[in-house]
Amino acid sequence: MENKLKKSLIAYLFILPAMIFLVIFVFYPIVASIPLAFYDYSVVGQSKFVGLANFSRAIHDHEFWVSVENSILFVGVVPPLQLLSILLAIFVNRKIKGISFFRVLYYIPVVTSMVAVSITWGWIFDPQGLLNTFMIKHGIFSKPISFLNDPRFALLSLMFITLWQGLGYYMMIYLAGLQSIPKELEESAYVDGATRTQALYKITIPLLKPYIWLCTFMSILSAVRVFDVVYVLTNGGPGDATMVTSVYQFQKAFTDFNFGYASAIGLLVAILTTILSILVFIYGGRKGGMSYY
Amino acid sequence: METLNNKSVNYKKVKAIKKIFSLTITYLILIIIAIFLAGPFIWLVSSSFKTGQNIYTMNLIPHPFTLANYIGVINFISIPKYILNTVIITVSGIVLDVVLASLAAYPLACMDFYGKNLIFSALVSTMILPAAAGLIVNYLTISKMGLLDTLTGVIIPGAVSVFSIILLRQSYLTVPRELIDAAKIDGASEFKIWYKIMLPEVMPAISTIVIFDFIGLWNSFLWPIVVLQDPNKYPLATALKYLSGQFNYKFGYVAAGTVLSIIPVIIVFLAFQKYFINAVAGAIKG
Repeated sequence: MENKLKKSLIAYLFILPAMIFLVIFVFYPIVASIPLAFYDYSVVGQSKFVGLANFSRAIHDHEFWVSVENSILFVGVVPPLQLLSILLAIFVNRKIKGISFFRVLYYIPVVTSMVAVSITWGWIFDPQGLLNTFMIKHGIFSKPISFLNDPRFALLSLMFITLWQGLGYYMMIYLAGLQSIPKELEESAYVDGATRTQALYKITIPLLKPYIWLCTFMSILSAVRVFDVVYVLTNGGPGDATMVTSVYQFQKAFTDFNFGYASAIGLLVAILTTILSILVFIYGGRKGGMSYY
Repeated sequence: METLNNKSVNYKKVKAIKKIFSLTITYLILIIIAIFLAGPFIWLVSSSFKTGQNIYTMNLIPHPFTLANYIGVINFISIPKYILNTVIITVSGIVLDVVLASLAAYPLACMDFYGKNLIFSALVSTMILPAAAGLIVNYLTISKMGLLDTLTGVIIPGAVSVFSIILLRQSYLTVPRELIDAAKIDGASEFKIWYKIMLPEVMPAISTIVIFDFIGLWNSFLWPIVVLQDPNKYPLATALKYLSGQFNYKFGYVAAGTVLSIIPVIIVFLAFQKYFINAVAGAIKG
């Protein structure tokens, strides 16, 4: 018993340095953001307790619900399309000359900052940019499309950029998954007369399941938090066509300095996100998908 | 006999042609995907060498060729200063995370102590529970500490990541217990065991963390714009947004600035690409 006490002491000495930072910047914010939502927080003056006023304001705030809707659209579109990386991974999972060169090339968008990526695509999507110039020259568009300033295309363009940047990242994860599948399994399927598509559906995809869940989970989390690309290219506009919850909360907090209201929005979003992640977690876990994520 | 031989030669020929054909198609597809994923950057580089008049042209080879954009952007913003800010943020962030996480993960994996399960579940739950207003509370905390508008204020909230702790714990668990037991018999202290025996064993996991932190910190954008007011303290990504806001009518400058901001990270990536690619695989296997 005394031995365990001594051991605990030593253990806490190891943990303590990290714990100080975690308590202040990870655990404390989770707790402290809740009361903040019930105050009319003032940076300089006295903060005032306002009860549920921030929440009732959020419920009647049209722009907030638009941002929730757009975030849900983002989560509904980007993570499922992320599965395309599986095809890419299968395609680069072959031993031919120069294949690692191509894999490295495909990974470049991943290491590049989202700001640089956004600026680059912003100019490709510009009415005078590369895409419109090309499309008009070849008679596909009759007049330029303002991808980022047209409410019909703005959100789709941002989704496209997000997907484009993530493609190489998820490809690498799936590639790691593919390479962990024993070659004999596929070979024996071919010996038994299976076609390529059959082998893909019956062997490769089922064995990739843990990786598919991991990627879906990560992709959902990053879709919920999408910020950089929206902030840099449209800042929620035109109108509120691309307003997502993270940008709306950011504007309320750091443009209007309305911390109480921004916290209430954050809390509502957090509740929605937690429900979503638990659902994915349980569903993925039951299917034997995720071991510890 | 002869016809049979001929047939088999023909068969071989057909097979060889088929192989060349399928290989050509494969490379063609690989190149098309490469144009899709790397093309925008190539076009960006070429645009950065174009003059104002022909900046919108699709020609890949800039004609006339000019360095004016680079000279202009370097005169307007101090790129070396932004690189220095980014290096300070990235290096200190990585060092703090590696040291703190590798210390904290060790007892969580290899020691039996009071409250271990509680601490571990608290850590895991932070990965699912989003901090509703983490940004706001951390801003207020940093502000109370008097660290607003300082690089320290940018660095310390992310000093240690829960992801790193969990990844390292997983890695410590794979180290054979006999190694620890043998060292204990020799009378080594826990600290010495950690430093001399465990740390070298988990180096692959540490390199994974270094790489993930590097990409994350080098490209960090949101938190720096919250904490920093003085544009002179911006890291590259934030400075780039600032530049594009100032010069959205002068794409040449923005293109040159973007290229300059990407170059360091591309160099590091190409130099360590093997580790980058292993890092992704390593993070999953834990």
